[in-house]
Amino acid sequence: MSGPNTDYDPVEVTPLKAEQVDAMREAALAAIADATDLDGLKQVRLDHAGDRSPIALANREIGALPPQARKDAGQRIGKARGAINQSLAARQAVLEAEHEERMLAEEGVDVSLPTTRSRRGGRHPLTLQSELIADLFVAMGYEVAEGPVVEAEWLNFDALNLGRDHPARTMQDTFWTEPAENHVVLRTQTSPVQARTMLTRKPPIYVVCPGRVFRTDEYDATHSPMFHQVEGLVVDEGITMAHLKGTLDHFASQLFGDGITTRFRPSYFPFTEPSAEVDVKCFVCRGIDPESCRTCRGEGWIEWGGCGVVNPRVLIACGVDPDVYSGFAFGMGIDRSFMFRHNLEDLRPLFEGDVRFSAAFGSEI
Amino acid sequence: MKAPLSWILDHVDVPAGTTTDEITDRLTLTGLKLEAIESAGRDITGPLVIGRVLTMEPEPQKNGKTINWCTVDVGDANGTGEPQGIVCGAHNFKPGDLVATVLPGGVLPGSHGSGPVEIGARKTYGHLSAGMICSAQELGLGDDHDGIIVLPADAGEPGQDVRPVLGLDEETIEFEINPDRAYALSIRGIAREVLVSVEGASNFRDPAVRDTPAANADGHSVVVDDAEGCPVFVARRVTGFDPAAPTPDFMVQRITAAGMRPISLAVDITNYVMLETGRPIHGYDADKLTGAIVVRRARDGERLTTLDGTDRTLDAGDLVVTDDSGIIGLGGVMGGETTEMSGTTTSVLVESAHWDAVSMFRTGRRHKITSEAGKRNERGVDPTICEAAADRVVALLVEHGGGQADPGVTVVGTPPAMPVIDVPGDLAARVSGMPITEEQSIECLRAVGCDVDGSGTLSVTPPPWRPDLTDAQDFSEEVIRLVGYDRVPSVLPTPPSGRGLTRAQQLRRRVGRTLAGDGFVEVVTFPFVGAADLDALGLPADDARRDVLRLSNPLSAEAGSMTTTLLPGLLRAAGKNVGHGNTDVAIFETGTVTLPRHSGPAAILPVDRRPTDEEFAALDAALPAQPLHLAVVASGEATSGGWWGDARPVTWADAVEAVRSVSAALGLEVSVSSADRAPWHPGRCAELSVDGAVIGHAGEVHPTVCQAFGLPKRAVAAEVDLDLLLERAVHLRQAPTFSSYPVAKEDVALVVDTSVPAADVEAALREGAGELLESIRLFDVYTGDQVGEGKKSLAYALRFRALDRTLKEGEAAAARDAAVALAAERTGAVQRA
Repeated sequence: MSGPNTDYDPVEVTPLKAEQVDAMREAALAAIADATDLDGLKQVRLDHAGDRSPIALANREIGALPPQARKDAGQRIGKARGAINQSLAARQAVLEAEHEERMLAEEGVDVSLPTTRSRRGGRHPLTLQSELIADLFVAMGYEVAEGPVVEAEWLNFDALNLGRDHPARTMQDTFWTEPAENHVVLRTQTSPVQARTMLTRKPPIYVVCPGRVFRTDEYDATHSPMFHQVEGLVVDEGITMAHLKGTLDHFASQLFGDGITTRFRPSYFPFTEPSAEVDVKCFVCRGIDPESCRTCRGEGWIEWGGCGVVNPRVLIACGVDPDVYSGFAFGMGIDRSFMFRHNLEDLRPLFEGDVRFSAAFGSEI
Repeated sequence: MKAPLSWILDHVDVPAGTTTDEITDRLTLTGLKLEAIESAGRDITGPLVIGRVLTMEPEPQKNGKTINWCTVDVGDANGTGEPQGIVCGAHNFKPGDLVATVLPGGVLPGSHGSGPVEIGARKTYGHLSAGMICSAQELGLGDDHDGIIVLPADAGEPGQDVRPVLGLDEETIEFEINPDRAYALSIRGIAREVLVSVEGASNFRDPAVRDTPAANADGHSVVVDDAEGCPVFVARRVTGFDPAAPTPDFMVQRITAAGMRPISLAVDITNYVMLETGRPIHGYDADKLTGAIVVRRARDGERLTTLDGTDRTLDAGDLVVTDDSGIIGLGGVMGGETTEMSGTTTSVLVESAHWDAVSMFRTGRRHKITSEAGKRNERGVDPTICEAAADRVVALLVEHGGGQADPGVTVVGTPPAMPVIDVPGDLAARVSGMPITEEQSIECLRAVGCDVDGSGTLSVTPPPWRPDLTDAQDFSEEVIRLVGYDRVPSVLPTPPSGRGLTRAQQLRRRVGRTLAGDGFVEVVTFPFVGAADLDALGLPADDARRDVLRLSNPLSAEAGSMTTTLLPGLLRAAGKNVGHGNTDVAIFETGTVTLPRHSGPAAILPVDRRPTDEEFAALDAALPAQPLHLAVVASGEATSGGWWGDARPVTWADAVEAVRSVSAALGLEVSVSSADRAPWHPGRCAELSVDGAVIGHAGEVHPTVCQAFGLPKRAVAAEVDLDLLLERAVHLRQAPTFSSYPVAKEDVALVVDTSVPAADVEAALREGAGELLESIRLFDVYTGDQVGEGKKSLAYALRFRALDRTLKEGEAAAARDAAVALAAERTGAVQRA
């Protein structure tokens, strides 16, 4: 190894000769080009650009040159090193890209493998149907009223103009609780919620009451001792049957589709006068070809519920002045609406708790 | 109510060409809903004609039968005018008889579910039999197959259609009659509805308008002790009646079509007149009566054996008919056995009485009697037609039974007067939202039989057959239904701005969505429970959940009460799923449970005024508490196994986590302590609290309970009072602050007795670590040799951070040491080296 040349002033040093430097550079560039992987390139870097590479060693000799020759030699070496480093970097990038490509190719998976590890949940379709109906009315400005299912006889019957000896009491087969003298029943309808609403709020009243109700019906494909109803009640000044019709037409079109309207037929309910059965136009055949329609069974219309103008006697029992206010009320089976909306012929799956049933609806209906 | 169309049209005319469908469509729109149209002959097509038997040759057969080879004159109906050759197996006829003959091409309904039978000409017993001589059964007219139908000699000419003769062309319309339209439980009422409903209908002929003989003193002696219960009592007598006289065919056909069973002429006539006029009639065997008839209320404990053979103990509210022998009938509901008409009755006393509807309803309900008479009497019958109906019965008994009408006519009492009701002339318009004029209203009211006087405020007297019309608004319905419900316009009202869903309603939805998101499926079960279910849960005898509200009339004794817990229904549903092969099941239910308060009766308040606030509050207080519960049950695998690794079975922790998840959705944190409560595993039951209030329990279900509900062991369950959670839910959440300075992490492992709850250790660590502690996480629980018997090691990762600065060297370690020190003091924890 040579130290700084202080004693004499040689004209030239062999390794710094131009042809020597060119040879080193060419050798380095050839080795870089020959490197096929990153490990090989690493060795090439050590051999041709490292501290002990020929060109690095040659660089140290620059000090041995006379001052006037140093600049030339320095430029020569610098250029060569620059070329080598540039080539190394370029080759490094190429090899890295190749490496990554290979790695990614190796890491490929079968993305068609199953991914579901835990069960999916779901909400009960009747809950969803109730919420959907509630939302339709909330959008119109109604509120959702609620009340207990184990209810006072007076609220379930008497306050609704169904006195003790009213023949219509036998229309609804009631579950009574013990002891009988307590006058407590399982509500047969959600109407007591209407009475409770009138007893606790001042008109204008616009409410819907979805909920569970009970009748002593034996459990079969079309009857259940427990089912779900939604009732609506409006008490305001100047309310007429026309408002009832408008509301139910809107409700029907929202639930069953545009253009689905309702039809009224005279009926009887103690709590309304006049009273009507409300039919909804069949949303499957739309009344166009009812003969072959399984949903409405040739009628063109589907029995949907009952409705009417609130009987003034009910208003009086619930503290509403019938000379100032009038109202309308309606009630439909949520289960029944669900059944024909979703083509369910036997209601029992609604109450059997089979997860395959609820899960089929997920969280939306 | 089933009404033969011909009977209706005996009493009202409709324009020629009006179809049955047009009539029923109109009646449906005005309030008599069509249920069905039945026609005895609807399944018969093709030629069915009157035939006259010309010859019949008996021909014994090898099989022991004898058949008749007949020739039958069918006029021109066969196209040739030649006699028709027909083989017939019956023998109850002779040459010259008129018979019902179906010719080839005819289709009969078939019997015993065979489906329609097409009649052809076929070779049988060595003859070409071209058609068939029909029995009643073959025509769908009953079960009589013993012989063919022999028609009356004056039935008609051979070749004529036989359908009208046999009533096969009769259509019977079944209507659904609402409780307020009792008058329509009669041909009279239906015909009147046809008159007001069907375009062009006219000439109503009221069957209850008759010239009746005046009352006199010669009739059977009747005393009515209770004029309120029995305002009118008419008695007539027919003597010399032939008990063997047959009921005329038309009457049998009509009674049968109306759904009643023909019994004997006298009974059939009373039923016929009831169907025609709506007025129930009772007939007594007059020879069995002794002394005067007295109508009174029964005395408690009196007895009567009614016509149906039931011995009944009477109630003081029952109206009874008596004679010197004692009680002979339950007035208006059912007669007694001792004076019943029989096959030897030659003298009939006809009772046509008006009874108080409420008494009828109560007696019917008390004795569980439903009868055609009771059904009408309890809904209200026209009180003014007692004499006419009795007279009609007498006339029919005389005409068809060969009796003589006794001149005595007993009439006790007078029909109650109908009230006069003020009805605003514009009420129908105001109620309907239609521009109905006062004149239109008056016209409609008169059409349904009302007397109307005045203007502005109308004075309206309802007709006597409409006891249901009591309020002004009732009359508006009469007007509106005749104007047409189909003409009510569709107008949306404009509600004031609503407040949307209440907070509780929103939160309940959030709870359901959270659980569904966590993989639970919502189910709905019946809230009925029985002692066996509570036993299956393993509830101790003194468990409060055994205090159930019983139903008086449950559908089954095994589920005769309202449940106090959602778990029986949910466990049963889970068991059913497992039974169906869905072994990995996770379900939830939200529903109210019923917790009796034993607080006394819920008063029957007056209805002519609003209850006071105190009365209303007392009603609520009388009801059982009905908190909303949430329960979950899971069994099987929580995460299934697969290419990613092993399955993870459901554990007790999943039940606790379900409640934690719901609580977190409500902004609440659950604290947990161990508990021992059925139906849970005594060592794997968590009591769950929020803000110091116990909200419920969760954990692994006791193995015995699992077995009882058909679940594999290790099923888990939770039940909480959702109301308690909802009322504590955080309403307005505060925005969080958090530090951006570096975190300092410290891990500690503490050894404690196995009995020490991890929650206690964590609480001590939290408190001891002070406010620099950002979070704490238990990352390992170890039991085994390295910590010794009865000990466990709990490894916690603690993260420390200050809001406003980087922690100084040693600050986190000091906080950690303080935490460990407090844990040691509180729980005896020793830090593992």
